[in-house]
Amino acid sequence: MIRVELVKLARRPRNWVSLALLCGLPVLVAVFVVVTHLVPPPGQGPTLLSDVLSSGNLYPAAALAIVLPVFLPIAVAVVGGDSIAGEAGSGMLRYLLARPVGRARLLTAKLVALVVYVLTAVVLVAVTAYLTGIALFGAAPVTAPTGGGTLAAPSPVAAAATSLSGTAVTPAGLVLRIAGAVAFIAVSMLGVGAIALFLSTVTNSPLAAALGALAALITSQVLVTLNSANAVAPYLPTRYWLAWIDFFREPILWRNIDRGLAVQAVYVVVFLGAAWAHFATKDVTS
Amino acid sequence: MIVTHGLTKSFGRFLAVDGVDLDVREGDRYGFLGPNGSGKTTVIRMLLGLVYATSGEIEVLGERMPARAGRVLPQVGALIEGPSAYPHLSGRANLNLIDAAGPGGRRTRKARIAAALDQVGLGGIDNRAVGKYSLGMRQRLGLAGALLRAPRLLILDEPANGLDPRGIRELRDLLAGLSAAGTTIFLSSHQLSEVEQLCSRVGVVDRGRLVLQDDLARLQAPTGRVVVRSPEPGRVAAALDGEVARRDGDTLVVTAPDAAALNARLVGAGIPVSEISPERRSLEDLVLSLTTASADRVDRVPRAAVPAEEAVAHDQG
Repeated sequence: MIRVELVKLARRPRNWVSLALLCGLPVLVAVFVVVTHLVPPPGQGPTLLSDVLSSGNLYPAAALAIVLPVFLPIAVAVVGGDSIAGEAGSGMLRYLLARPVGRARLLTAKLVALVVYVLTAVVLVAVTAYLTGIALFGAAPVTAPTGGGTLAAPSPVAAAATSLSGTAVTPAGLVLRIAGAVAFIAVSMLGVGAIALFLSTVTNSPLAAALGALAALITSQVLVTLNSANAVAPYLPTRYWLAWIDFFREPILWRNIDRGLAVQAVYVVVFLGAAWAHFATKDVTS
Repeated sequence: MIVTHGLTKSFGRFLAVDGVDLDVREGDRYGFLGPNGSGKTTVIRMLLGLVYATSGEIEVLGERMPARAGRVLPQVGALIEGPSAYPHLSGRANLNLIDAAGPGGRRTRKARIAAALDQVGLGGIDNRAVGKYSLGMRQRLGLAGALLRAPRLLILDEPANGLDPRGIRELRDLLAGLSAAGTTIFLSSHQLSEVEQLCSRVGVVDRGRLVLQDDLARLQAPTGRVVVRSPEPGRVAAALDGEVARRDGDTLVVTAPDAAALNARLVGAGIPVSEISPERRSLEDLVLSLTTASADRVDRVPRAAVPAEEAVAHDQG
């Protein structure tokens, strides 16, 4: 069944369009930046974007920061929301279950397909951004400032193995850090995916499920920025979304990364459990 | 093959299926009839484990459903409320996915799909996406999906939908052939003439209850009357005075146990006879007498009307 779901995922033109859009946005941003040489100052605009002018090596990180807040969650919510509701809407759910495909098995296959989609999306964004970065900005070595600042490429003048502000990061080290960020972001998306999957078992409309998951995210985003909601902030799904930036600090700050993973794990377990409980006992009348 | 005891399903306060005791035997060609909204589809969905019964027991192929769905359903082919397919894929790709979803080896898949497509008359289908198929082609593809694993039991909900008269004839021949080869067929249909020509047994549901379940041959046994058509109906009526139950133009319904004897009498009296045959109840009359209005018909209730009694006149003749 997992193979069937992967084939369906791959043979759906819409999924490829969404991946192309995800990869295209950072490329578009890179082109604008390289043409105008205007970047937002550090601390404003997409994270790390200010650093890429001096080293294209960092562009995958900047690209992830560009797609993370809106584009990536939308894509994940659409694929997750489509998983069961889409089958119900097209009338295939009854035929799959009568084949028979066990309900738990179907749900598992859908989850695996969703995880594969998320990983593909994040890795593809990172890879295309890396190539774009090298091509447009060049590959200067990257240094890590000590004392909590994010990594930075040294100015061309100080392009030595070490700089005053920090220690040099080897290319292999940088790849590892990017891989860590990619993995963390993929896990962060699973929370959204699990919510969308659960809603997908509740409604027969893929659109409603996707929008419901996005509504949950927007609520979370609003509450995260609200001081008076500080008490619940650590439990919100988007609270630690940006913690992947900590992979680019020297030394890597694991505290928020760990918490982010834990929060996502809780959301995944709770919503997958709810999805299973609801789907296993549901009358399929679509 | 299919046995249910007191099968009941309520959706909230709406009682969709009420104490249905189905009995479908091996080798039956069972016609499942009833007005729209009478609960046929809900029963079919419960047989397949899609909808869970509120109470009652279901046995399919001798095993409990839905508990043993994993063992029962691989031997069942189903067409449920019209065919479905992924519209952006070809018919063959659709069958490939649906076959791969269930149990069954990968090596024989291609041959199985080719055989099923041949059976429904789509053997030469190209790689067009199903979204561009006609209604009849989709129906045939849905049937091919039901036939994929040479099932012991076929459960078909309105299999003739969307087919033209020739397609319906082909479907009937296909099902008759499968039945002759030992497949049990359970089909629901509105097309009573189709059921009449194909089925050996019928069950009729009305408002969630099974109001009749019997062999078709017994239901359609001669009524003890004979239909006579003659160019001189007046002479027939005069000759058979007192035995004529009804007269309609040149056609007379005569109370007589034997058509051949009546024919000999008329011819002996020198009365020309153009048609003569024993009267049989048509399935249509039977079903209409057993069922109430379709649930898709909503009449205006007169203001001072008293709610109709539950009792339905069961005029079984």
